[in-house]
Amino acid sequence: MLDWLKSVVDFISTPSISLTLILLMFPFVFPPTAWFETWHRRLGLHNLWTNRGGLVMFSVITLIFVWGFTDVNFSKILGKPDNVPIMILIYSVFFFLWLAMKSAYENDAHIAAGEPVQEYYPPEDKVLVWPDLVYIELIALILMMVFLLVWSIGLPAPLEEPANPSLSPNPAKAPWYFLGLQEMLVYFDPWLAGVVFPSLIIVGLMAIPYLDSDRKGSGYYSFAGRRTAVFVFLFGWLVLWVFLIVVGTFFRGPNWNFFGPFEEWSVTKVVPLININLSEYVWVKLLRVGLPANPLVRESVGIIMLVLYFGLTPVMLARGKLRPLLDKLGSIRYSLIIFLALAMVLLPIKMYLRWTLNLHYIISIPEAFFNI
Amino acid sequence: MAEKKPKSRLTAISESPVWKSIFRTGIPVTRRQRMMGILNNVFLHLHPVRLPKHAVKLKYTWCMGGLSFFLFLVLTISGILLMFYYRPTVEYAYTDIMDLSEQVPLGIMRELHRWGAHAMVIAVWLHMFRVFMTGSYKPPREFNWVVGVLLMFLTLFLSFTGYLLPWDQLAIWAITVGSNMARATPFLGHEGPGASLLAIGDINLVTMSSDVRFALLGGRFVGEGALLRFYVLHCIGLPFIIMIFMAVHFWRVRKDGGISGPV
Repeated sequence: MLDWLKSVVDFISTPSISLTLILLMFPFVFPPTAWFETWHRRLGLHNLWTNRGGLVMFSVITLIFVWGFTDVNFSKILGKPDNVPIMILIYSVFFFLWLAMKSAYENDAHIAAGEPVQEYYPPEDKVLVWPDLVYIELIALILMMVFLLVWSIGLPAPLEEPANPSLSPNPAKAPWYFLGLQEMLVYFDPWLAGVVFPSLIIVGLMAIPYLDSDRKGSGYYSFAGRRTAVFVFLFGWLVLWVFLIVVGTFFRGPNWNFFGPFEEWSVTKVVPLININLSEYVWVKLLRVGLPANPLVRESVGIIMLVLYFGLTPVMLARGKLRPLLDKLGSIRYSLIIFLALAMVLLPIKMYLRWTLNLHYIISIPEAFFNI
Repeated sequence: MAEKKPKSRLTAISESPVWKSIFRTGIPVTRRQRMMGILNNVFLHLHPVRLPKHAVKLKYTWCMGGLSFFLFLVLTISGILLMFYYRPTVEYAYTDIMDLSEQVPLGIMRELHRWGAHAMVIAVWLHMFRVFMTGSYKPPREFNWVVGVLLMFLTLFLSFTGYLLPWDQLAIWAITVGSNMARATPFLGHEGPGASLLAIGDINLVTMSSDVRFALLGGRFVGEGALLRFYVLHCIGLPFIIMIFMAVHFWRVRKDGGISGPV
């Protein structure tokens, strides 16, 4: 029974399954539109952000970890000293997500009732920094110091074998906070996964205040008034960053193959490499004429598809549902938002193309290191 | 004549000329003293004197910005102590770390530094999350959000450069994986798209020994040069830059109207 349950968890953890489940659930948990909001309420998902919901989430996470520590294979991953931060990350992300959403929902109810939000106090109602703030700061830093001291005394910092440039470990992993990027390497070449996408993440984050022209909702937790903005941010942070870090840490073993949490990290696990470029699909499999010699002709289909993806989608959306957004933001800000969003969504799109069609590259010009 | 109340030892100290020369306002008991105590202290005057009530509520701030800064201070102090024991050369780096854990009695500086660094990365992310969820990046605070994004990036880069210093297998291979991406930088990496365009005649300007990865590592692979560069960046270069941006960040919190709140 337990073994069967373990194999179910292993199966669900497969990135293709787990990401699909998350993508299906995400808009219902964090409804970006009124339609999803209705279903969010109907399914009772708003109860996640109550005390009981928080307790359930906490129990589920703890149960998984406790169960994991009783398993031979899972405990090897969980017990690694350098993976402790990931467990702290998982707990703290869920806790603060819960706290923020709870506060937001409380405030939304206040706003709907025409009352001031919970952060509101009359302007003359002020407190002195000494003692009301400095004492809180003192207590916070003492608690943090105690926490660090206990952690440091209880868990020695690991030190592996001395550096040996001729003996590479399998798998060789980047620091945990970059494992989302390393996970992207499965689907994109390093110039995208390691350089272009990280740059876009930084630029995109910096651009947020200039792209979000909505002045409402500053200085208090809220969701209903800015649901789309929160949805996009949470999607990027929780799914494309934290989730990929968890996958990279817990589920990637030798040769960067996927291993379920209860699976043994075997070096001999063989995963067939049957990935095919889009150009081969078109010229060889569909047209049966063989690959053209000129790389631009050869890759023309992929190039056209990407040009259409980045060029035509914004136009189509502007003619359709997103017309109000264009009118509100102007063409430059609108184009930037859509470009950043399309670049963000390109990652899950490429993942699904890989999982369903074994697609290797949309554009493949290895002569110029230009593969997408 | 009423009898004079005997002064407590503490009051006596706080009224002594030496104490008064350091802390001019005395023990902050009255409202005026409490205000002056903040104003007259170079560290405390990062704060305003008075705050709206919501600004001191943990449920609003989570204290994550303050804890990020505190962790930075813990890392600075433990890092300085670690520098006494550590020499950034291929010959000594690993054995110095071994010595540190085996010869220094009750030594937990390396643990404090390593776990503190992980905690700081998480604290910075959570701070950013809080600022987003309260919409605090909106005008007039939009530039300070930009500075904050840079601070987060610098935090990750600080952690990344520190990762190499123990010079064990985990260290060099993590940095090898990380820095290998740099050779695919468009135009600036020797395996990046467009790099072959930067050439004079048939001489490539961007090669294995001149690309951005070479500049980062001080060599073609993670070796002596990389160790020294990462050490200097980790201990001097990046802390110098991050402190400048932190100063701007804190200054702008005050100048952009203090902590965000409902109007």
